[in-house]
Amino acid sequence: MPHDHHDHHTPPRPDNDEPLTYWQTMEIAVRELLVEKGVTTPEEIAGAIDRMDARSPTDGARVIARAWTDPDFKVRLLTDASAACREMGFDIGPMHLIALENRPGLHNVVVCTLCSCYPRYLIGPPPDWYKTRAYRSRTVREPRSVLAEFGLTLPEGIELRVHDSTADMRYIVLPERPAGTDDMTEDALAALVTRDSMIGTGLPRQPG
Amino acid sequence: MDTRRAGTYPAAMSNPPIKSWHDMGGDIAGPVPKDDHDFALWEKRVDALLVLCAGKGIFTVDGLRRAIEDLPPDAFETMTYYERWISSVNRNLIEAGIYSPADLALRMEKISARGASYGEAAQ
Amino acid sequence: MTSRVRVRNWHPPGHIRTPAYLRGKTGTIERKLGPFPNPEQGAYGLAAKNLALYRVRFTMRDIWGDTAEAPGDTLEAEIYAHWLEPAD
Repeated sequence: MPHDHHDHHTPPRPDNDEPLTYWQTMEIAVRELLVEKGVTTPEEIAGAIDRMDARSPTDGARVIARAWTDPDFKVRLLTDASAACREMGFDIGPMHLIALENRPGLHNVVVCTLCSCYPRYLIGPPPDWYKTRAYRSRTVREPRSVLAEFGLTLPEGIELRVHDSTADMRYIVLPERPAGTDDMTEDALAALVTRDSMIGTGLPRQPG
Repeated sequence: MDTRRAGTYPAAMSNPPIKSWHDMGGDIAGPVPKDDHDFALWEKRVDALLVLCAGKGIFTVDGLRRAIEDLPPDAFETMTYYERWISSVNRNLIEAGIYSPADLALRMEKISARGASYGEAAQ
Repeated sequence: MTSRVRVRNWHPPGHIRTPAYLRGKTGTIERKLGPFPNPEQGAYGLAAKNLALYRVRFTMRDIWGDTAEAPGDTLEAEIYAHWLEPAD
């Protein structure tokens, strides 16, 4: 199915039938206490999980494909990415989003050195590697080496711009539209947009 | 790893500032591991509790980060991502007066008695 | 705020959103954002004062000197107003 952008098939974490851990016990206790104190309800918690589960790189891919096909939308995206996402009907919660445009001679990549800030309210929680010491430490110091590990070797003439999500803004990369896609529909273009191409550690898929 | 910022302060200063463990930008580190995992239900629940508590103004995302940063330096290696989160969510809720440490201890004791697996204990 | 700014070379304990590797470094304001509540207060459950937030652009040479991987590459980060001083 063309909208499946999960780049990896990944094993689940140990779940219900594994031995109970201390921190799992704390999660159950905190949740029950919050319900008992009237702060939240089981339904509200289930709803929050459902809303986060529904967010995926597919949503970001639709935004990117719209920007590739609609020049006015692209202007709005680059001016106020939060508003542009909401205009497309996405529930991005409280997120303040900035879209970073790749263009000939400029490639953008996103990191959070202080924690793991990520545009999760549009494309879901970050992959594990985004949260690792290696990615967080090295992407501001030797970003070209990091990108090379992802299979992306940037020529010397291209400026690499690293964005450290240090405060209130979140970032999504608007990759360049691949060549040879002039006849493709917005839906078909969205299928070329990978999660990593929106973080900046990859490029969109080539058509065909 | 010695993360003191040598050279920033005069040598006479006997206790040079230590860069907190969470402030990793520029540190030396190995290759980026690419393995990934899908989230377990308990991890999704921790995520939801943060989203809801922050949305209700009980504490802020910066409160979440602060209590994670105040964990011991080895927490990044000895605890998983959502273990650090639930530790911090709990701390912020106690600080906000939602419940007491004793409330938590009593509840955790009851939960442990329900069964040996998450499925049994979470009812 | 002038266009060329220096990040304060302060190292207090506490919840700070200015990464250590940028402290004392000089860059150029790319855009002004906010205001946003001061995380140094909000992190402790205190009423937080609204602050301007600046996106500051640095060259990798600004940050890492001659040992930069590619000195002409750039980096942008968000820095709150009270962590910046004019560099000119």
